[in-house]
Amino acid sequence: MPADVAKAAGLLFIAVVVQLSIMSQVTILGGHPNLLLVALVCVALLRGAVFAAVAGFSAGLLADTGAFGTLGFTALLLTLAGYWTGRYGETTGRDRAHAPLLSIAVITFLYQVAALVLRFMLGQNAPAGDIFKGLVPTILLNLILTVPMYALVRRLLRPREWSPREVRLLA
Amino acid sequence: MVAGLVLLALILITVSFRGSSSGPLGGIQTAGVTVLRPFEVAAERVARPFRDVYGYFAGLVHVKAQNERLKREVSELRQKALLGEGALSQNAELRKQLNFLDSPIYPNDYSPVNTRVIGFGNEFDERVVIAAGRDDGVIQETPVVTNQGLVGSVTRATGSSALVTLLMDESSAVQARDQDSHAFGVVRHGEGAGSLILDRVTKDKRVSAGDVIVTAGTRSKQYPSLFPANIPIGYVVSVGQSDTAPFKQIQIQPFVDFSSLDAVTALITKKRIPKAP
Repeated sequence: MPADVAKAAGLLFIAVVVQLSIMSQVTILGGHPNLLLVALVCVALLRGAVFAAVAGFSAGLLADTGAFGTLGFTALLLTLAGYWTGRYGETTGRDRAHAPLLSIAVITFLYQVAALVLRFMLGQNAPAGDIFKGLVPTILLNLILTVPMYALVRRLLRPREWSPREVRLLA
Repeated sequence: MVAGLVLLALILITVSFRGSSSGPLGGIQTAGVTVLRPFEVAAERVARPFRDVYGYFAGLVHVKAQNERLKREVSELRQKALLGEGALSQNAELRKQLNFLDSPIYPNDYSPVNTRVIGFGNEFDERVVIAAGRDDGVIQETPVVTNQGLVGSVTRATGSSALVTLLMDESSAVQARDQDSHAFGVVRHGEGAGSLILDRVTKDKRVSAGDVIVTAGTRSKQYPSLFPANIPIGYVVSVGQSDTAPFKQIQIQPFVDFSSLDAVTALITKKRIPKAP
């Protein structure tokens, strides 16, 4: 477990740095790839809800400080994203090949909408038109990032073995 | 556990949103930025060659049309430069004779701090993080430029880095004037993404497509201009007016390419900046 924490922390730290210094200025067809979200979703699918929520909170807080953003903003969104993806990974999405791609598509959509709503509630700039125009390209870019990222995270954090006492559903 | 984290995040948002940068969370933010800074600089250095290669090939697409436009501009600017040189020396002589008291003049009354952009905001914000901070003399409201023109101003600064809110951000507004007709207005974010407008120019003023817009260097309570006069902002793309609107509708194309900011210059004033009464 401590090894997993160290690996996930290292991975998410690098994801935060790359997101802030490189990815956030990449715009393709109006879409903005979010490497940090993709990395977190991959970790969540392999390590569960609570692990991912804590990881999401920590990585989000670091991202907020690095970007001089409102502290807690990204942390809140990534906590929820990590928790929900983790729950999906622990239950329905377990061992499903399409789980990473499906999770990224859904979570990217929810993340963008939630960020928009939260910013609107805080009275900050919330350009709904631009965000919705770039939503499909953003999802596609994140899906492209998911394939290598999930492979990397799988190598770092091996999928958990089935517990002998655990009952595995066949259907 | 998760509910606790969500609650903590909400508390942080509330405190951060209401508090100032010098509050307790300011310290946390400063520490976070200090930790991240070397890694961001390293990542930016690694990414730069790739970005340069992409920029080179992307630039080739428009190179022919750009070449034609630049040739025309060079010819026009040569003529203007000749006229300007004469006016400049005359202006200096007259100021001397009048013992004219002026606010800091760009660029002579400013010390440049050349620095690199090490971080970028998200898709909601038009902000960048630069690798120079209070230790280098960069403070809140410091104007930031490139050799092309105005970039924005510093809105937060730590010891080693600073947050620059770009001219394209919705919260930015700059007192500006038409260099040719001397019509004053306010440059701010337009309706579409990445567009700028020169607002509050009355219909009796003459503004034409191609006119160069520069900072006015004036101050008012509503739009406290932080910028010295005569920093180029952009050129007028289109001018329109309607019977119902009180002001002209003027679209501006900025000189600075905000999508590929790499190195910028923070202008540290050597003189006292006068405050609006």
